[in-house]
This record gives sequence, structure tokens and C-alpha cells, in this order.
Amino acid sequence: MSLSLKIENVWKSYNREPVLKGCTYSFDKGGIYALMGQNGSGKSTLLRICSMIEKPDKGIVSYISAGNVLEQDISLKRKITLVLPTVGVFNDSVYRNVAYGLKIRGIPYKEIRERVCNILELVKLTHKKDQHALTLSSGETQRVGIARALIIKPEMLFLDEPTASVDTANTKIIEDVIPEMKSRGITIILTTHDQLQAKRLADQLLIVKDGKLING
Amino acid sequence: MEFLLISFSKAVSLVLGFDRELLHISLLSLKVSGLALIIATATGLPVAALLGLKKIPFRGLLVSIFNTLMGLPPVVVGLFVYLLLSRSGPLGFLGLLYTPSAMITAQTILSFPIIVSLCHAAIVGVDPVIRQASLTLGATEAQVAAAIIREARYGIMSGIIAGFGRVMAEIGAILIVGGNIAGYTRVMTTTIALETDKGNFELALALGIILLGLSLIINAVLHLVQKKGTIKR
Repeated sequence: MSLSLKIENVWKSYNREPVLKGCTYSFDKGGIYALMGQNGSGKSTLLRICSMIEKPDKGIVSYISAGNVLEQDISLKRKITLVLPTVGVFNDSVYRNVAYGLKIRGIPYKEIRERVCNILELVKLTHKKDQHALTLSSGETQRVGIARALIIKPEMLFLDEPTASVDTANTKIIEDVIPEMKSRGITIILTTHDQLQAKRLADQLLIVKDGKLING
Repeated sequence: MEFLLISFSKAVSLVLGFDRELLHISLLSLKVSGLALIIATATGLPVAALLGLKKIPFRGLLVSIFNTLMGLPPVVVGLFVYLLLSRSGPLGFLGLLYTPSAMITAQTILSFPIIVSLCHAAIVGVDPVIRQASLTLGATEAQVAAAIIREARYGIMSGIIAGFGRVMAEIGAILIVGGNIAGYTRVMTTTIALETDKGNFELALALGIILLGLSLIINAVLHLVQKKGTIKR
């Protein structure tokens, strides 16, 4: 069911400035990994490359299921998802935002409604269902992003600074959701600047330093 | 002053009395401009999407050309369509000159660059994070494009409404290619010009009232659309 991810010698540069200089690691299925590192160290770049919305300049990113390397097609892309730090909510209601991933997969309307209600309950946003997503607070927006990702039942989830610029109450809700996702067999890779949070949530702490990925 | 007041009161009674000629002229105007707008939107929106979403050669140049064409003088468009459709023109065999079809063609040409430019601006104005968010949720390229266009919907609607405003108030092109034939190609703007020349101010004023009313409705809709698209954060 769950995916594992292997990255080998991944390089990435922006404007000829190398950010990642040969990252290699194997992320086992079902674990929670926390990536730490200074601003601009390449954590978010690594997540975007792993979630296939960006291509590495060099190196290999492989997804493995039942011992087989999977082809990087739309079917694989629909098993993984990344929650961006800015989320990027659509100019629409919370309900429609959360339902988006199911709608593009052609899920029947009745099932969408049921699943949206369940997920909104998990992230404690049921009362905001009909509210316009652009009017939410940053903490609520982040929870919409997580709900939108979780509803598609991903096998691997990337969270890019899920609690940055979020207050304590919202951080608590998000932190409670993460172990719940793990219990569903989802492999989670998150970035954070909060060392205590990383220790609280992650099975494995990793550090991105000088363009390399090292055990923390 | 008295003359103005008399003309105005007669014009109002023509409007309120649903004068048959007035109604026919108004409906023809709406039909011509409405059809022109539908054609311009059906062709202009895909062009705007292509320019806004795909990296095609000479994209910047094409956008600049469409922006420039937004200010196309209607009489020049009228002359161009006239030359195309006149008996000796390349499309003369179609026999479309002095018909509503010729007027629709001219107005389509006039509104097409407006639709392309304003819809393109709306599409490129969408936050790039929307594209990334759609991709992370498993959208295909076509679904990403649809999400971006949906996000730009209020700007797109504003563009379409602006195009409609432009063609409804236009006179130069349709006068040249339509010929202002009573009961056939005579629309609001051409009638106002003609009746003013004849000194028949009642009908001209009555049509002016309707045209202003339509303008008011278009602007009110535009305002509502823009207000809906601007959510307070």
C-alpha cells in the first residue's frame, strides 16, 4: 500500500548557484521524516523535487512499491502530494477547495460530500465549510491545505513548513493530525525550523546542510 | 430649453409605450452585438489562454499587438470589412455587405482584441502558486489550465463585459458595412445619428435613453463582478 522513496545524487541549481549538491537518501514507507536546515539550504527545493513538481538537474528520484520502481506518470503523481507553505487556496469556498482533488479524479458527488465532511472534522474546520477560503486566518488556511491533501488519501505526503506563521492553537491541531496520518500508513516528510517539533513528530531527523542531506 | 424638455418627454413616452420601431431597433442592436461578442469570446478566450499558459514563440510580441489593437478605430475596421465584402473584394461572392452578418463580422473584429487582451491579463494575473497547488493535488495539464482559468473568471468576465460595452456603443464600423437600412440593418447608434440629422430628436433621444440604460446595466454588472472577485483578506 504505502510508497517508499529513494533519491540518489540529486543536484539542483538556481541561476547557476547550486542549492542541492548530490543528496542521497532512502525514505522507508510509513515513517515520519523531518528535514531541518537554514533558510535557503534547499529543504523546500528537495520537497518540490521529491513531489515531482520540479525536476532535478541531475540525479534519480524513484518511488518504490512492493519492490518495483514505479513509472513517474499521473497515476503515481496522484499517490503523492505536497502542502505548500503558502497553500495556494482557490478563490472559492472551503468546501470547494477541499473537494478539488476528488473532483479532478472523477469521484461521484455524493462520495465527495461525505469525504469532505469527514476531513473537515479531522482538521476542525466543519464550521467554516461554506466560508470563502481567502478570508481564513493563516492557521485555518494551512489546515485547509492539509485537508485538501489528506482527502485524496495520498500514500506519501510532503509538508513544507506546515506550522510556520501559525499560532499555538492551530499548531496543536496540525500536530495532532500528523500522527493520525501516520497511523493510516502514509509516509510523511516535513520541513520545519522548530527542533522540538521535529523531535516530537518525526521518527527520523534529517538536516540539509551545504547542499547535502545528512542524518540529524 | 422648452424644446429639449418636449423632446425628452416624447422620448420617454416612446420608451414607456414600447414603441414597435424602437423595440425592433433595440433588439437588433442586442442581437448583432450579442452574437459578435459570443463569437469573439469563443475564439478570443482560447487565444488568451494559449498566450497566458503556454510558452509559445513571439508571445510578448503577440500580446503587444493585441494590446495595440484594443484601440482599433471602428471606421478603419468598417473600411477593412467593407473592402473584404464588397463585390470586387475577396469575399464579395458571399453577398454579405449591408447585412446584419457584415455588422456582426465588424463588431467581432473590434471586440476580439479586447477579449484577448483583458482575458490574457486576467489569466497571467493568477498567483503562480495556484498552478503548483493544482499540480500537487494530482491535476493533469488540462486540469491545471482549467483551474487557472477558473481562478481568473472574474477578470475574464470583466473583459467580456468591457468588450460588450465597446461594441454596443460603436457606430463607425456598422454604419459602413451595414448601410443603416431601415428594418434590416438599422441599429441604435446608427438610428441616433440619422434621426439627429433629420431633426427627429424624439426617437434619437429615446434610443439614447435605452443605450444609456444598457450602459448603466453593463457597468453595474461589471462593478458587481469585480466586487465579487475582490475578496477582503
